[in-house]
Amino acid sequence: MIAYLVRRLLYAVPILLGVNLLTFFLFFVVNSPDDMARLQLGERRVTAEAIEKWKADHGYDRPLLWNAGAHGAAALTETIFYQNTSRLFRFDFGQSDSGRDIGYDIRQRMWPSLAIAVPVLLVELLLAVTLALVVAFFRGSYLDTWAVVICVAMMSISGLFYIIGGQYLVGKLLRLVPISGYDHGLAALKFIVLPVIVSVVGGLGGEVRWYRAIFLEEMSKDYVRTARAKGLTERGVLFGHVLRNGLIPILTGVVVLLPLLFLGSLITETFFAIPGLGSYTVDAIREQDFAIVRTMVFLGSVLYIVGLLMTDVSYTLADPRVRLE
Amino acid sequence: MTLFGVRFVFLATDVLLWLLAAIVAAYAWHAGRQEHLRAPWREVAKRPLGMAGAVVLAAYAAVALLDSVHFFPRVESGGKAALAAEAVSAFDVLVMPLKTHVEATYSAPLASYAYEKESVDLPGGGIAREYPRLRYGGAGLGDPAREHRRDVLRRSTIGFAAGLAAEAGIACLVIVAIARRRRSSVGAAARLVATGGAGLPWRAMLGVGAALCAFAGIAAALGPHYHVFGTDKIGTDVLYQTLKSVRTGLVIGTLTTVVTLPLAFALGIAAGYFRGWVDDAIQYLYTTLSSIPGVLLIAAAALVLQVHMAKHADQFGSLAARADLRLLALCVILGITGWTGLCRLLRGEAMKLREVEFVDAARALGVRHGAILARHLAPNVMHIVMISVVLDFSGLVLAEAALTYINIGVDPSMESWGNMINSARLELAREPVVWWPLAAAFCFMFALVLAANLFADSVRDAFDPRLRRDIG
Repeated sequence: MIAYLVRRLLYAVPILLGVNLLTFFLFFVVNSPDDMARLQLGERRVTAEAIEKWKADHGYDRPLLWNAGAHGAAALTETIFYQNTSRLFRFDFGQSDSGRDIGYDIRQRMWPSLAIAVPVLLVELLLAVTLALVVAFFRGSYLDTWAVVICVAMMSISGLFYIIGGQYLVGKLLRLVPISGYDHGLAALKFIVLPVIVSVVGGLGGEVRWYRAIFLEEMSKDYVRTARAKGLTERGVLFGHVLRNGLIPILTGVVVLLPLLFLGSLITETFFAIPGLGSYTVDAIREQDFAIVRTMVFLGSVLYIVGLLMTDVSYTLADPRVRLE
Repeated sequence: MTLFGVRFVFLATDVLLWLLAAIVAAYAWHAGRQEHLRAPWREVAKRPLGMAGAVVLAAYAAVALLDSVHFFPRVESGGKAALAAEAVSAFDVLVMPLKTHVEATYSAPLASYAYEKESVDLPGGGIAREYPRLRYGGAGLGDPAREHRRDVLRRSTIGFAAGLAAEAGIACLVIVAIARRRRSSVGAAARLVATGGAGLPWRAMLGVGAALCAFAGIAAALGPHYHVFGTDKIGTDVLYQTLKSVRTGLVIGTLTTVVTLPLAFALGIAAGYFRGWVDDAIQYLYTTLSSIPGVLLIAAAALVLQVHMAKHADQFGSLAARADLRLLALCVILGITGWTGLCRLLRGEAMKLREVEFVDAARALGVRHGAILARHLAPNVMHIVMISVVLDFSGLVLAEAALTYINIGVDPSMESWGNMINSARLELAREPVVWWPLAAAFCFMFALVLAANLFADSVRDAFDPRLRRDIG
């Protein structure tokens, strides 16, 4: 398995290179460094010297991909692409276009993101699996039909409505918790409750329906019939066999998301003014800070690749029949 | 192009939307003549919920298509006929009162007084702070306090009745058509429709149709005299806004697919069929793309595009054309970031199919690769394509709202549900609460997405029950 993991990690290098090439094309070829400088320094009344200085400060004064003026390997290394990529691969994120240390910002902001994302994941998983199991237990009845209809209806409502509705109902009408904001330490709790509830409710419809399908699929298998034929109670079948086997695809589906929890949710964090990485990204988009967006794209793909790797490993742990080679 | 004295303009998305409608019509005509294509659709047609969804979708599609015919109308100014400065759509012409009845600012649904107090000159001199009458909402009323409720009730009852009458007419046509087709009496056909034995689930379809007609009737009866969903900050009728948003939502939901399909289809089948270095290259491509979290890639691409368009603003003709191109670009971006999932599915299916005996036989007989791909592989993966197209639609409509909210969606000047929700945040904080734009966007969006979801479920179940697990 070690050999497999090493090989998969090596595979990640060309993929990350591809990701970088793509973002590089988007950010440096479609918009030249001169444009970026002008954007940051203000469109008017900007001198050529000021642009040159800004570019030199940010290391954008080199050629893009190929330095014709340099010799040997330096033709490749003395370029914006090489400098940028090698820095990212060392997880040295440098400065944002407005001059802040991106690495420091990320380390500060990942905790609020996690404070929202982790409870959401846990509560949602527990609630959705429980509900799906209940619905699957009553399969074919009116309860089942109506549960599916409600699930589809819940899926059809945009997440924005859940957020706005939740803020209005809980925050403004009932005045139970603040509408938005964040605090440090335990005081953060009252700010976390509402985003967590809203996110869980928003995702519940789709999850319950999906998990129900997984459980029903499992229930139609031969071993379940055998267990029933041998006189096991329906409850015994459900908890002893269906739940345990149904959880394999559910949990492995969750594992790939685990690393991405760091990034938080763009929409939720912005609405609730949580100073996490999600709102960090949205702010960067609004301020057109290319350096931050580029970093987040890179970070996102690194975490996704880690997630895929963890999924593979979790398969071997959950299902002894799977061997990684 | 000038026709009937008006000059037509063709926005990029207009042309593509109509082209798509033509393709769908051609496919329907083709599928109707081929038994193997007709069979799964007949399964779809048996499901009441799915067909009810289809009726709603058809109504939305009609609005969107009408809204995609733009032209400069002829206006009379000073006795001389000239072309108007601003292009309108065929749908605008249909609902002209909604477009032209612009108030000063917010007003509640069906209100005849404004939302805020204003300084009004009293007839006998002096100034008072009071709620002024609206310019158009309830303008025909002498004394709103007394007549308002009765007038609204009267008009909506008439509209409701007219809507139901129209639906009853449609129902009669359907029953007569069934009677003629089955060579039975009209009464027998009516019984068949009522009990659900007439092939299609007419009861559900006519029921949904009745709801739509009743709503349309009420809106048509009240629309010219009141603001059914109130007005927004700059006084535009909210009903008009949300109806215009239908087109934006449908464009995103459908045109994105137009970008996705060729990419996913060609690359997926090629990777699965040819294997070797072709497979490696295509796999590398889609793994790279899909390893970037979707929103971030869309954000990056949209951000770059926005800056690019702002810098080269002179290259895009009018503001409307620019907003339209931005919408199209958003579809392209969503398409380019969204083809990987379908591509992976198609690659897997093609890999299975290339080992099947009839493909082996074709290869042994010396059929060229291109012909094998087109004649043997492509038709056999069509069900996956169909399922993924309908399943993606509702997600894309929802994505538009979310993306517009974080400033990377459609142009702020374009009517869209995302923009309506976006401004609703501040409106909810007002006192008294301005809830109607949000409510209108919610109702119209919910109806569309729910209909699409129900229809998609039917299509998925009918085309391939085994796929339920894979696509989720």
